[in-house]
Amino acid sequence: MNEGHHAFSFFRVAAITGATLRGLARLKTFYVLLLFALLLIGNSIFMAQMTFQQEFQVLKDIALGAMSVFSSLLAVLATARLLPQDIDDRTASTILAKPVSRFEYLAGKLLGALLLLAISLAAMSALFFLVLTVREQWVLRETVRQMSAAPPDQLSEALRLVRASALNPNLLAGIAIIYVKACLLASLTLFVSTFATTSIFTMIVMAFVYFIGHLQAVAREFWLQTHSAGWISQTFLGLVALFFPDLQLFTLTDDVVAGNAIPMTVLAQIVTLGLFYTGFYLLLAWSVFFRKEL
Amino acid sequence: MRVIVAILGVALFGAAKLPVEHAISETHRQLHFCAVDLNLDLREQTGQLGFIAALSGFRSLVADALFLQAHVAWERTEWARVLLLFRRITTLQPRALLFWDMAAWHMAWNASTAALNDRAQPRLALRIKAQREYFQLGKDFLERGIRNNPDRPQLYDALARLYRDKYGDHEHAAELYAKAALLPDAPGYEKRFAAYELALCPGRERDAYADLQALYKSSEKERFPTLLRRLKELEIKLEIPPDERIPD
Repeated sequence: MNEGHHAFSFFRVAAITGATLRGLARLKTFYVLLLFALLLIGNSIFMAQMTFQQEFQVLKDIALGAMSVFSSLLAVLATARLLPQDIDDRTASTILAKPVSRFEYLAGKLLGALLLLAISLAAMSALFFLVLTVREQWVLRETVRQMSAAPPDQLSEALRLVRASALNPNLLAGIAIIYVKACLLASLTLFVSTFATTSIFTMIVMAFVYFIGHLQAVAREFWLQTHSAGWISQTFLGLVALFFPDLQLFTLTDDVVAGNAIPMTVLAQIVTLGLFYTGFYLLLAWSVFFRKEL
Repeated sequence: MRVIVAILGVALFGAAKLPVEHAISETHRQLHFCAVDLNLDLREQTGQLGFIAALSGFRSLVADALFLQAHVAWERTEWARVLLLFRRITTLQPRALLFWDMAAWHMAWNASTAALNDRAQPRLALRIKAQREYFQLGKDFLERGIRNNPDRPQLYDALARLYRDKYGDHEHAAELYAKAALLPDAPGYEKRFAAYELALCPGRERDAYADLQALYKSSEKERFPTLLRRLKELEIKLEIPPDERIPD
């Protein structure tokens, strides 16, 4: 090894990240998914005429739901094909023949996928906020027009209600949690793809992981608190609790839309847990990929 | 060997993360987040697809789809369907105040009026009975909503309105407005409304007078026509000496 060569270099990781991002950005799947999500969010402006509170609630539900679905789908679909494709077209061998460690290679790949997720989520968020602001301004104008004869304090209370129902900082917390969940899923997908033979297999495994992950909390609480179940049930529940992440913890968008404030401590806990998961699955992927024959 | 190491790694990490996940879940429970029970009741109410969607973290989307169906059912005045759909919606989204409020409004205001004016039912007694049943359904929705959202004033306010307008029960209405006034983010009028309702309760005139006086003295902004009228009525009823009365 050269004297100037470091075991870990951010530049090498950044180079792989950039190449991965460019590769992913050329994918038709990415554009189709993003287009569907943007269409769904954009279309929510034309929804049935309801009272402003109903309208904002449905609009936020659809937009955050679309963001959650598409970012989770993108995390799995984009990451599942990274390793198999590189191994198939020998790109992995070419890169690893250079002074690039396998960890740097995996980290670069994952960061590329996470950057793609960040860009697509930013695009969806921008459109969502635009739609919400346009609707809010329209409702504010309507409220002022309809209440022109009302006393000033009633009018200001009505305008306050409209503003409180539309944009609020909690939405950012909800979007942050959606992103952290997508990061976790991408990292877990990368880990599965290190031992999977095809990307289809990885996607199927991840679909199961997704559903089981949302039920993990039920299994965990039952396993920790109930001791009357048979040993087969206990073993099964224990395995689910130990081996799967609790994805329900990352599903707070329902509460955000319902207008419940997410305290900063709770947000910090979830983000830390999500990043911890992401890092752990990356390390796990590296431990499997470390001596994998390419 | 690598696979065994990976499995052991996941198991060890799993054992370490369990208490953390459990603790965060407990915090969420205390904050009433994800306050929906994934059980057979929910499965029966939401159907297979809805249940799967709820399991996958898309409760709000399912609830919205059902809400749009309920909107259509309301336009068609299919009250039984409106009731069924709102039961599903509120089961899926127990922390969305809007759904509880809408459900109660449809039952206690719209469906009850429709029942009272139901031309298919010639007997007035039965029409009134049906109307009362819809009041009760509206009240049930709001009471369950409050149990799920004890920290938000809006549903206390809605239930107070229901007691006031549908049952003419001013004592309960006053109690609920007063509870709403104590909660964070309560609108300023809750305290005033509590005093208005108390003024209409026989035997509570002294308390009402004290509350209205306090509001009157607190700020000029509180001196709304209704408050002045109620104070005047109580001054006469309680025979307050002229020098202690508010100016005309």
